[in-house]
Amino acid sequence: MITQKDVLHVAKLARLSLTDDEAAQFTEQLGRVLGYMEQLNEVDTEGVEPMSHPIPVVNVMRDDEIVRDLDRQALMANAPVTEGAFFKVPKIGE
Amino acid sequence: MAIDYKASTINDLTQLYRSGEATPSQVLEAYIKRIERDEARVGAFITTTFDEAREIAHRLDKRLADAPETIDWDKETLFGVPVALKDNMCTQGVKTTCASKILGDFRPPYDGTAPGRLRAHGAVFVGKTNLDEFAMGSSCENSAFMRTTNPHNADYVPGGSSGGSAASVAADFAVAALGSDTGGSIRQPASFCGVVGMKPTYGLVSRYGLVAFASSLDQIGPFTRTAYDAALVLAAMCGQKDPRDSTSLEDPFGKTFNKRGFAALDQGFVKAMQAKTGQEIYKGARVGVFKELMGQGNDPQVDKAVSASIERMRELGATITEVSLPNAKYALAVYYILATAEASANLARFDGVRYGLRDPKAKDLLNMYLETRHEGFGPEVKRRIMLGTYALSSGYYDAYYKKAQQVRRLIASDFERVFAECDFLVSPTSPIPPFKFDEKTGDPLTMYLADVATIPANLAGIPGISLPCGTTDNDLPIGLQMLGPQLSDAHLLQYAHGLQQSAD
Repeated sequence: MITQKDVLHVAKLARLSLTDDEAAQFTEQLGRVLGYMEQLNEVDTEGVEPMSHPIPVVNVMRDDEIVRDLDRQALMANAPVTEGAFFKVPKIGE
Repeated sequence: MAIDYKASTINDLTQLYRSGEATPSQVLEAYIKRIERDEARVGAFITTTFDEAREIAHRLDKRLADAPETIDWDKETLFGVPVALKDNMCTQGVKTTCASKILGDFRPPYDGTAPGRLRAHGAVFVGKTNLDEFAMGSSCENSAFMRTTNPHNADYVPGGSSGGSAASVAADFAVAALGSDTGGSIRQPASFCGVVGMKPTYGLVSRYGLVAFASSLDQIGPFTRTAYDAALVLAAMCGQKDPRDSTSLEDPFGKTFNKRGFAALDQGFVKAMQAKTGQEIYKGARVGVFKELMGQGNDPQVDKAVSASIERMRELGATITEVSLPNAKYALAVYYILATAEASANLARFDGVRYGLRDPKAKDLLNMYLETRHEGFGPEVKRRIMLGTYALSSGYYDAYYKKAQQVRRLIASDFERVFAECDFLVSPTSPIPPFKFDEKTGDPLTMYLADVATIPANLAGIPGISLPCGTTDNDLPIGLQMLGPQLSDAHLLQYAHGLQQSAD
C-alpha cells in the first residue's frame, strides 16, 4: 500500500512540490489506482519478453552530417530568462 | 447570397473549386462566420488563426483564378479545405499550449511534420483546438483554460482528449481536424461527437512536432465526417519516413514491415475506393466480434447500435464470428502503468529553463523546478507523473513496469492470433454514450474506465477507427470501433467507407 511518505518521496523524484492537501489526496487516489493494477499479478508472464515498442525497429541511424536547422535565437525566444547565448537559471546548491 | 457549405466533405469543396462555383476564401468565410456564431457555446478552440487562414485562402484564390494549370488536383488533395489542429501539435509562430499553464505562451519555432504535410497539400488551418492537458483525459475537463461542450448537447462532454478537434468537425467549424491518440484520444471523442476518427498504425505518421505524452503509444490521426475523407487526410500525411522521427516507418507498406502484404494507403487507393459499393467491399470479409468488449458493463443502447452495424455487415456479405482476446481485460492496468511511466519521462522537460512557465521567486535551481512544475501542471497531469515515477522507481520497476510490458506482449499476441482468422474486429468505441460534465471527475479510476475499449489498439500498435453507428434515446451519438492488423489502414478505411456507403 502506498503511504503518504512514499508519495512525498516520489514527488521529490518527479520534481513536484505538493501541498498537504494534494499529498493526502494523491495517497488515497494512487492507492486505489495501484490496487486496480494488482490484477496483473494473476497473469503468468514467466519467460515473456517485455514489449517496449509496438514495431520492431532498432538502431535507426542517419548520416552524421552537419546541417543548419533551426536558428538559435528563434529556439531561445521562448526561454523565460536568457543572457547572451545562454539560458539563465538560479544558482545550483550552496 | 450566403452559402454556408454546411456538412461539406473534402470532395464537395474540391468540386466547387474546380467548377468555379466557389473560391477557398468564400468557403473559409462561411466557416469563420459559423465559428463566430457558435463558438461561445461549443468552445472548440484555444486559439483561432483566421488572419493567417485568410492570407492562405487568398493565395489559393489567386492560383485558382490566374494559374489553374499549376494545381495538381491529384496531389493537392486538401486544396482550400478548412482544417483544425489539436493544440499539442507545433505550429510555427502560433501558440501551442497543450491546454497547460506550463506552456501557456509557447510559440514553436517550427511546424510539426503532420501539420506541415497537410499545409503542403493545400489545407487552410482555422485554429488550434482544446484538449485535456497534455492529452491526459477522456472528457476535455482537464483543460487548464476552457470547457468544450458536445455539439449535440451542451450538457455533455465532447470526450477526450482530442475533444476540441472532434467538436470542431461535429460543429462544422472545419471539414477535417487532426488529433492524437495515445489510449483512445481520437476514437473516443469521435464516438461522443458523432464523427469519424482514426488512429493509424503506430509509425505511419511522423510524431515530430507532436508534444510527447507516451512515445510508444502516441499516434496522430484525422477527424472527418466520412471514412473517405479520413482516408484522404491520412494519405496526405503518411507513408514517408521522417528523418526527425526515428519511429516513423521507412517504406511502411514495403516488405520489411508489411508482412501480410496490405495495400498501400495512397491517393490511388483512396480514389479507387470511392467507386466501390458496400457489397463489393464486404464480399468474403471475415469480421470478428471482440467478445470481451461486448455485453457486460456496456450500456445496452451502445450494444444495440453496434449489433445493428454488425448485422449490416452480414447483409453486405461478411461472415461474422465471435473472437476472444483473453488478455485484453488487462489492457487498462497495463496502459496506466506504461503510459504514465513514459509520460513521467517525457514531461521532465518542462523545467522552466528553455521554454514555458517559470516560478521567478525561487532562490535556487531545485526549488525553481519544484515550484514551476507545481504551478504549471494541473491535478491529472501531476497524478500521472506521480504514478509513472512510482512505477519506474527503484524497488517497484519489476513489479509494475516490467510486468506491464510483459502483459502488453500477451495482448499484442492475442491480436496476432485472431487476425489470422479475421480481417478486422468490431466493438463499441466506448462502453458508454457521452456523459455529463462533472459526472466522472471525482474518481480518476472511473474516468480511466472510459478508455477500456480503445486502449488495446495502442498497446498493440494497430490501426483503429470509430464510425458513428446510431444514437441514444436522447439523441447522443454512439460509435462503432473497427480494429485491423498493423498496416491494414487502407483496408480498414475501405471497410468503414463501405459501411457508410450502404447506410446512406
